[in-house]
Amino acid sequence: MEIYLDNSATTRAYPEVAQLVTKLMLEDYGNPSALHQKGVDAEQYLRQARETMAKILKAQEKEIFFTSGGTESNNWALVGTALAMQRMGKHIITTQIEHPAVQAPVTFLEELGFSVTRLGVDKEGMVDPEELEQAVTPETILVSVMFVNNEIGTVEPVAELGERIKRKNPSTVFHVDAIQAFGKLPICPKKMNIDLLSVSGHKFHGPKGIGMLYVREKTKIRPLILGGGQQNGMRSGTDNVPGAAGMALAAKMVCDHLEEYREHMYRIRERLTAGLEQMDDVVLHGRKGEQGAPQIVNASFLGVRSEVLLHTLESEGIYVSAGSACSSHKRAGSPTLTAIGASKAERESSVRFSFCETTTEEDIDRTLETLRRVIPMLRKFTRK
Amino acid sequence: MFKAFLIKYAEIGIKGKNRHIFEEALCRRMRHALAEVEGTFSVTREMGRIYVLTDGAFDYDGAVEALRRVFGIAGICPVVIAEDTGFEDLAKAVVDYVKEVYGGQEKTFKVCARRAKKTYPMSSMELNSELGGRILDACPNMKVDVHDPDVYLNVEIRQSIYLYSETIPGPGGMPVGTNGQAMLLLSGGIDSPVAGYMIAKRGVKIDAVYFHAPPYTSERAKQKVVDLARQVARYSGPIRLHVVNFTEIQLYIYEKCPHDELTIIMRRYMMKLAEMFARQDGCLGLITGESIGQVASQTMHSLAVTNEVCTMPVFRPLIGFDKQEIVDISEKIGTYETSVLPYEDCCTIFVAKHPVTKPNLNIIRRSETHLAEKIDGMMETAFATAELIEIS
Repeated sequence: MEIYLDNSATTRAYPEVAQLVTKLMLEDYGNPSALHQKGVDAEQYLRQARETMAKILKAQEKEIFFTSGGTESNNWALVGTALAMQRMGKHIITTQIEHPAVQAPVTFLEELGFSVTRLGVDKEGMVDPEELEQAVTPETILVSVMFVNNEIGTVEPVAELGERIKRKNPSTVFHVDAIQAFGKLPICPKKMNIDLLSVSGHKFHGPKGIGMLYVREKTKIRPLILGGGQQNGMRSGTDNVPGAAGMALAAKMVCDHLEEYREHMYRIRERLTAGLEQMDDVVLHGRKGEQGAPQIVNASFLGVRSEVLLHTLESEGIYVSAGSACSSHKRAGSPTLTAIGASKAERESSVRFSFCETTTEEDIDRTLETLRRVIPMLRKFTRK
Repeated sequence: MFKAFLIKYAEIGIKGKNRHIFEEALCRRMRHALAEVEGTFSVTREMGRIYVLTDGAFDYDGAVEALRRVFGIAGICPVVIAEDTGFEDLAKAVVDYVKEVYGGQEKTFKVCARRAKKTYPMSSMELNSELGGRILDACPNMKVDVHDPDVYLNVEIRQSIYLYSETIPGPGGMPVGTNGQAMLLLSGGIDSPVAGYMIAKRGVKIDAVYFHAPPYTSERAKQKVVDLARQVARYSGPIRLHVVNFTEIQLYIYEKCPHDELTIIMRRYMMKLAEMFARQDGCLGLITGESIGQVASQTMHSLAVTNEVCTMPVFRPLIGFDKQEIVDISEKIGTYETSVLPYEDCCTIFVAKHPVTKPNLNIIRRSETHLAEKIDGMMETAFATAELIEIS
């Protein structure tokens, strides 16, 4: 039996989702923009998908825009807002632990002449709300902070951040990359003072190639994908009906049991961390308790190269993630681990385990058992 | 416009009674290369020449590219075929050809007519002067120079009439399969695919062996080697790639031998294993991508110590090349981009920070005695359990 502990990379789609997608590709395959009945039928699915997503986020339907995935959502949020707001200021604030899909567009904007503040984090990956508030100026048009860090699972205090940002400068737009948080933690953008929120379908058993950007009413943002004027002209391109409907179904299935699944994953996480803490020379990263996401554990097995451990576990049917791949020639480190001050030895030996609601306690026990068996053997053979 | 190719071959022409063996091998390799190109091609030998004839529409650029990868070809001449319907039509075809190929360029030329069909009513000399005259009349920018012309315009009278003047250079070398077979030690690096290419160019059929060390090397590293073998196979033809699981041997050496000797001892066992596969496949030699002094295991001393385990000749075509020269060839043959993908290979994972650069054979042999207990069994297992991937 395989044990899939790489759910933060992607998840297995729910069979119901796959069936719906298939149906929308084979039967109700119309283009929602078409005038005939086929188009009208397809539009119903799209409308329903938008309604579902809106309901989950306690938002209005007109605030929901479907995109090709998390990367597009983040790119649009950052570049679209910066372009729309540039006359009001040129200052952007973000953190050192953002996903590349935020980092890269921010760097792009920096090249276009925007000034960027990249806030550091403490050794558990937390942004300091006080420091963020201090950084906000009348020139600040945009703040982008992730909800849950994808590598170490730290949950940022976004509600508090939102409140402080708005208090200091009400016209600053607050973007939250919630790609690892959606379906795991309750999210209410309006209450949390979030203006833009990115979501990706395949992280919660939906299809790949579909994502969403929540755009709070009256937020100034320019469209980046121009064309036929779909989605109110904000995001052109033939609507991905199977994707949107599949994502919405998965979102509903997950969010209907949010509490239950979250509790389950916390139990799984505790079981794994308790086991890891008993092993020698293992360093856990991120935060404990509810300040850490329920689905992510990041651990360094000192003296064992992450890639080697990954392949060893793989040969036992256990799938984990090794952060960024590295070779003996170029050791690229993870920016998050660097930002929390992890040592080189820790960065080179870090492995991420990520769960979903179907991960069982037996899976964890077998994983721990395997680790206890292979780690001493792998430590014996290291580069001298 | 072009309907055929005349193939000029490199060194086959100097072969004596064996010449037909080389020509047949060349035709076989050409057919193989053209099989994947859109169009219908037939490769024929007639009167000491090799032609590629086409039937119907075909992918001209694709055909030229494919032929440029066939070792043994020195040049490829695109040929226009005209029907033999009298001299007037021929003259018109020749003038059209010159206009089409040379347009308004200023060129000196010479017509070289040849009659394979001796019944043609005009002699070669008459054809030369008559056709030359027509070209001069029609194309004011062309001038005759019979001693050192820019353009030799060949007119061959056969059942049809073949016109050609341009030669696209081929890769040279000799047809693969005419010079035996050898086993390439293929890693994921830049050098070994180039070494394989260079030996294949001399007509040698290539097989390959790759040392895989899971979990220290990943499936992607193996896939990279398969991709490299495919790229070499575009020139060399099919390759039998043996993938050996080397982990156990590597760890055993790591445990039992001094760490700074690890790489050199490991390479000795790799050579031995490669020779076992070579013998099994009927190879007569080994090929490596080594170049003197490139890394610690390729100093003169290290090469000598590594070589000592081999009973077959080891061919090292890159031995005198600088890294940049090797990179240039790898870019030319299209292996460079794959080679530089950052996946670890088994030579680098346990490499000592300061490996020996001047190993002493007696010391290395003494270290290897620590392996006596298990190494033979491990070698047998590695040989027996290797995976065979047929690359075509």
